[in-house]
Amino acid sequence: MTTKINNMPNNFLDVPSLLNALEINLKKLILDRHLNNPLMIGIRTGGVWVAEQLHARLALSEPLGLLDISFYRDDFSQIGIHPNVKPSHLPHQIDGRDVILIDDVFYTGRTIRAALNEIFDYGRPAQVILAVLLERDGRQIPLRPDCCGASCYLEPGQRIKLIGPQPLTLHVETVPTIG
Amino acid sequence: MTTNVQLNAEGKLKHFLTIDGLSRALLTEILDTAESFAAMAGNQVKKVPLLRGKTIVNLFFENSTRTRTTFELAAKRLSADVLNMNIATSSTSKGESLLDTIRNLEAMHVDMFVVRHALSGAAHFMAQNTAPHISVINAGDGQHAHPTQAMLDMFTIRQKKPDLSRLRVAIIGDILHSRVARSQILALNTLGVAEVRVIAPRTLLPAKVETLGVTVCHDLQAGLQDIDVIITLRLQKERMTSALLPSENEYYKCFGLTQSKLKLAKPDAIVMHPGPINRGVEIDSSVADGPQSVILQQVSNGIAVRMAVLSMAMQSTGETR
Repeated sequence: MTTKINNMPNNFLDVPSLLNALEINLKKLILDRHLNNPLMIGIRTGGVWVAEQLHARLALSEPLGLLDISFYRDDFSQIGIHPNVKPSHLPHQIDGRDVILIDDVFYTGRTIRAALNEIFDYGRPAQVILAVLLERDGRQIPLRPDCCGASCYLEPGQRIKLIGPQPLTLHVETVPTIG
Repeated sequence: MTTNVQLNAEGKLKHFLTIDGLSRALLTEILDTAESFAAMAGNQVKKVPLLRGKTIVNLFFENSTRTRTTFELAAKRLSADVLNMNIATSSTSKGESLLDTIRNLEAMHVDMFVVRHALSGAAHFMAQNTAPHISVINAGDGQHAHPTQAMLDMFTIRQKKPDLSRLRVAIIGDILHSRVARSQILALNTLGVAEVRVIAPRTLLPAKVETLGVTVCHDLQAGLQDIDVIITLRLQKERMTSALLPSENEYYKCFGLTQSKLKLAKPDAIVMHPGPINRGVEIDSSVADGPQSVILQQVSNGIAVRMAVLSMAMQSTGETR
């Protein structure tokens, strides 16, 4: 269900509830898509926090993969690179693997495009599914998550951010819009 | 407000010509960015798409092994296209001026020049005479500056000894002809080390060298006391136009870094050399290859530092002030 964020119930942004919902949806998706010994990869920073929780809940055997997409961003020439980019840690063998890609908030889709580019530089997975804690409106490219904890609409100028790692909380803030 | 030709209107790096005039914050940003790229060296895939579609021209009017190859590798790891101009077989050897060479390469829609030239100020001249969208990186100009070498040295020092403020650094040898030493002194002082000490015979020191913010010593054995970082420099015989030294043997005896002299520095002192090494002239082989030497780490770090400089310069598309 997609909810306008200003009309949402008070507990809508409760991270443990969103994680519960995401876990249920993800387990169902793993069965539906016949994922075999999946490899979970979290996108730094918020996606890794969410992935750590799900990795434990799903009791996956493979270590969690970590992805930093800073060097794959498409807005490099506008905003430059942030110093102190942490290295990505992906397993040596991506070819033929089932991958669960995890992020905190799905917004424009550009982060996911960058993440997929980086993953495919390392090999050719059998399939990749995308799971996010929260999907918001504002897609700019034809990508969307396969499952999420919840979906919402934000007012113009609003943005949502996961703060963590202990505890994980979602914060909505309003930034001035241009024009 | 800055008037530094190296910076764009937002104060970001546009050209990298000299350490002179750059802030500690900017030098630290270069080192931090290089840290991110250094971490990639262990990856299965060492290439990232940051500079895809950009064309970088390596214009080396002087010989080079490490600098040219690590610039080329850095550009390739950032996915840029690299053009290596072999000046010996180019039209420069037929008398084409530097400005005409620049104009012709600009007409090929290149994005960046990495230039090494025997004349001090050549890179600066190019930066001032090139199209606004093009960045110029100095890979060594005459006796003036070699800023990426200085930064990779700073990176190596910080890797081994993170608290720069406590360090005493000795630079030994041919300071007079060394663009590396000039850039190192500027970088070390900007980053705020405790002391930069130059150790050399009087004939191999520039006049009024103290004004660069260094202490001067003419005796290697006395000069190595309390030193954390030892930088040895190559004796630049090709730039010596008069008899500055009695002989190489005499120089080695007085200023060559040997195991016994190394013991006079702090026990955990590191030994550096920008290369190429003249073994048995400025440094003994057993020291160059010994446990305190970080000479090959300097070479590895050269790739990460140059990746940082190339990507930082290409991110600022605006005109310089």
